[in-house]
Parts: sequence; C-alpha cells; structure tokens
Amino acid sequence: MKTPFLLTVFSLLLSAPAVAQSSGDLLPDLDPAGIGAQPVVTTMDDNGENGPLRGTVTDDSAWQDTGIAIPAFATNREQPTPANSSGTTALGLDLARVVFNDLRNNGLFRPVGPDALPRPSYEQITAPAFSTWQGRSAEMLVQGYVRAGADGRLTVGCYLYDVALQSELAREGWVVLPSEWRRAAHKCADLVYSRLSGESPFFDSRIAYIAETGPKDNRIKRLAIMDSDGANHRFITNGRSTALTPRYSPDYRKIAYLSYTDGNPRIYVYDIDTREQVLVTESSNPTFAPRWSPDGRWILYSMASGGNTDIYRVSAAGGGRPIRLTDNPGIDVGGSYSPDGTQIVFESDRSGAQQCYVMNADGSNQRRISFASGRCATPEWSPRGDQIAFTRIAGDFNIAVMTPSGGNVRVLTDGWQDEAPTWAPNGRIIQFFRSERGSGDSSIWQVDLTGENLRRLQTPVGASDPAWGPVLP
Amino acid sequence: MNRIVIALTMSSVLALGACKKEPPEVIPPAPRDVSTPAPTPAPTAPRGPQPGSQAHFSSAMAGSDTIYFDTDQYNIDATDMAALRRQAEYLTQYPSTRATVEGHADERGTRDYNLALGERRANAARAYLVSLGIAENRLRTVSYGEERPVDTASTPAAWARNRRAVTVMID
Repeated sequence: MKTPFLLTVFSLLLSAPAVAQSSGDLLPDLDPAGIGAQPVVTTMDDNGENGPLRGTVTDDSAWQDTGIAIPAFATNREQPTPANSSGTTALGLDLARVVFNDLRNNGLFRPVGPDALPRPSYEQITAPAFSTWQGRSAEMLVQGYVRAGADGRLTVGCYLYDVALQSELAREGWVVLPSEWRRAAHKCADLVYSRLSGESPFFDSRIAYIAETGPKDNRIKRLAIMDSDGANHRFITNGRSTALTPRYSPDYRKIAYLSYTDGNPRIYVYDIDTREQVLVTESSNPTFAPRWSPDGRWILYSMASGGNTDIYRVSAAGGGRPIRLTDNPGIDVGGSYSPDGTQIVFESDRSGAQQCYVMNADGSNQRRISFASGRCATPEWSPRGDQIAFTRIAGDFNIAVMTPSGGNVRVLTDGWQDEAPTWAPNGRIIQFFRSERGSGDSSIWQVDLTGENLRRLQTPVGASDPAWGPVLP
Repeated sequence: MNRIVIALTMSSVLALGACKKEPPEVIPPAPRDVSTPAPTPAPTAPRGPQPGSQAHFSSAMAGSDTIYFDTDQYNIDATDMAALRRQAEYLTQYPSTRATVEGHADERGTRDYNLALGERRANAARAYLVSLGIAENRLRTVSYGEERPVDTASTPAAWARNRRAVTVMID
C-alpha cells in the first residue's frame, strides 16, 4: 500500500484575512481557468466584500435547513482514469453524488444532488452562473472540478458559494490517487459541513465493524471495514472463527479485535498493510475489549484471571510488560481514554451491577460517576471531551450521553437493544448497533448528539460492534 | 517447574491416546445367529460411544453436564452442586479424561461484560469440580459470552436456559 493517500495542495478560506483581501487567487496548479498559459484573474469577489459572510455562519440556527445545490463536478478535458471506467466526466458526476449523499445523510441540510441539476461548465466552476442557482432557490452552491494528471493522479477542487450574496465562502483542492477519489469528495463534504456548521469535519473517516450472517445459534461473525458512508467495504476475516469488538488504531494502520481463532477469546492486533496479526499480550488467559489510547501508544484490554476480569494497559508497539490498572473482585471491563489521554472511563459491577467509573490513566483515583437510574455500560469518551456516551440498561438497552462527571444524562434512542456507542471524529454523531428481539439480527445505526436524525447504515449483511476511527491522516 | 508441567501434560496426552486404543469394554456379540451371512465383514467397532468421549459423557450425564445461573449471577446453588458432583464422579471414574467448562451468558447484556460473565461462570463451575478433587490441569475454561445461545428465543425462559456453564469432554 502506498502511504501518500491525499495531498492537500491548497487551503484558502476566505475567512482568513490575508486571503480575503487578495481577491481569491488560486494556486496556478489548481486554477481551472489557469489551464491556459497565462494567469487569469478570477472574476468572483471583485469588490472584496466578504466580511459580512463570516457573521452569517456563526449563527447555529442559520444553517440548519440550508438548501444546497451540488451539481456535477466539471472536468477540464474528458480523459480516461482508473477511478471511473467512463472517464473524468462521469467521475465528476460521481464526485458530486458522494458529496450530496454525505450532506443529505447528515440530516442538517437540504441538499439537491447532481442528478437533478444542470451541469456547469469547467469555466463556471470559479465563476458560477448565480442567476441560474437563485432561480432554483438554492442558498448555497457547491461546485467542483476533477482533472487527471499525466501521472494518473487526480486533482479535485471544491468550492462553496453563497448564492444570495454571490460570494465564495470556502475552497480547497486535493491531489489523490485514482483509488482514493472518494476521499476527495468526502473532503469536499467536510469543507462544506464545517464551514456552514462551525463543527469539525468527520466524513473522511472509516469504520471497523463485525459483519454478521447466519442463524442466531450459528452466527458467522467477520471483521470488516468500510468508509464512513459505507463505500469501499472489505472483509478482513473469513468467518471461520468468531471475530468481535474491533477498534481502529488512530493512524488506521492496525485493528485490535477479539478472535476465537485458537479456540479461546483473545485480542489480536491486525496490521492492515502486512495482513499479519499478533496477540496483544503473551498470556494464556482470555483477553477482550481492546481500546487504543488517543496517541496510539497504548492498548487497553480486559483480561480474566481465575474468573475475575480486570483492565490492563500495554504498549501498542508490543513487547512491553502489561500494567494492571484495576484490581478489584468485581468485573472491570472496557475503558475509553479522555481525548487528552489523562483519564479512562470504564465499567465495573463492583457495586453489584454495571456502572461507569473514571480513573486516571495510571489506574489511580477510581471513582464512580453514574448514579442516575439504570445501569451504565460500554462508556466511550467523546473526541471533544465534553460528553461520555454509554449503553443505558433500564429494562431496554439504549444509547445515552452524560457529562464526564456523570451529570445531565440524556437518552438518545428507544430501541429494544441498542448498545456499544462509538463517536464520529467530531463528537457530534454517535453510531451504535441495534439487535432485534427474537431474530437477534443486528444493524448499525447513527444518531445526532441531540437525539435527532436517527438512521440505519446500509451494510451488505448484518452488522454490529461499530468502531468509528478518527479523520483520516 | 516448567518442565514438570510439560511432562505432566505430555503424560496425560499419552494416557489419553493409550486409552483410545484400548479394546472396548463391551464387545459386540459375534454374528453367529445371523441366518444369512452378511456380505460385509463382521463389525469390529464398539457399539455406543467410547467411555471418556464427549458423546459418552453427555449421555451419562443426562443433563447434568450443564448448570444454570440467575441474571448476572455466578454462584453455585444446591442443584448445581448435585450436577457438578455427577460430573466429578465421571471424571474420577475416567481419570485420563480432560474437560472444558464453557461459560455462557444470555443476549440481554453488553458483549464485553457477557464475555467476562461467562468466564466467571465457567470458573465457578471449575472451582467446584476442583474442590471435589479433580486435578486443575484436567479442566480448562472458555467463555463464549452471548455468542452461542442454545435457545434462540428472546424470552425470560430462553435467557434462563442460555445463562449456563457446560462441561464438555476434550476428545
């Protein structure tokens, strides 16, 4: 595998004062209008009045129902590309479709996709026909282009315009391998999402999960990975032995997960490039519930000894001696680091039932944080640090969030058995899996931090144990 | 120390192998009374499962190979003790056998916790067998958490059947 997935070639937000006053020059390499020999002065933003725009996007309510037109991306020249059997023109359409689906599925915008819109010319990408879009009641316009370079790489540009003000809000461009073309589209969706919402990006990320097939009493469980929108799906294990609870390393190079491959439940660390795996620790004891530290240096795991389960930490580089973090006759299991790596939230039944506890990263100062009604299981610290998501068991199993001190509990779902929350990289969306009563069929769902926009993710087969990785490096 | 453990393990493996090769205790009757001789050679294999095998153990236990637990519990009650005593008697009768105690949980729990709970249940059963005199090195444990239900319904009765520890011979 090649490592240079994505190279950001320019990132010019008009909100950056220096750029705002420079009448929006593009780097020659990326200016669609600059394909000709001589430099071209772009026509947009002639009077340099983009100041008022900054005010409009800081208001949280303004963008919630924003109509966004996303026409097909243009290409400077129809060319063959490994990214699309029909060439760069067709690829431009697919790029816009990916952006459209990202923003539509987010539930915060009212995007209109390329299949329902006229196709702008290449020259119009930097000089939109605003009157056309005003006539279609679009408030925002996302345009882009794709060019195939001589080396096969693709250059993708993405522009966000405010139609009413006829101004550019943001632009960015990327050079990607043809196999990574979808990442450019996710980056574009991220640009639009973060510019309009003020939130951090998250679309350009991946999910590891367990693919489930077969009847309830003989279910086949395979480790699988996919992009955040379900594309680029790939099975990692063949299903011969049960696989459970994967977690991506922060750099996406490895996946820690549980496998029964030798007949016992043990955590393996799978290297995606070499396709080899090693035991997380040399022990004949069962190990489960792997978790990475935010810096990728440590792996938390739970290990049973003589029937009692405690939480340990071991160097992710391998070879180090495990450090025992809990030493309690109750079941201590799971664990999730705070984003700064200084604390760990975990679950324990030391009080008689599953509840959530916080300790320092060295195991000191263990204290219970969940005192609301019901039990607290599978706590996961938000990447923003301000919330902890968990499985609330109070009759049914549901996804809930609370503050790191256990306050302000909010239940976000109402399924029969919703469990195992995992955070989007920006801490605004939670995925989890839902099991159906009776059949036990599982599927991955996601919900906003507000409890809104609940939706099921499309997966090839049944799905459980989702683990959302960070924004791709 | 290590060497002793290895030696013990080796000898038990050898003993197990030897056991398998021994002639069956119950020799099938010779086909003397058969009026028309069978075209195939007379059967030489033993009838019924081999003592010490999983099939033989399971049939001899008649249900006592499994003990059941209350929700989130792993204590051994009087019923469990009776079942485990029958298991221990069998293991004593066939001293070259080894067994795995499988711990299970019902679906109404979170996955990681259920793995830990299954391990707890398997160890509780194993500890009781050891207290009855079964050597520790003859008994291993494995937790399947909620992954292997015997009753697939989502009812309290089904969950009760799934919260279990099952002793299985290592053939």
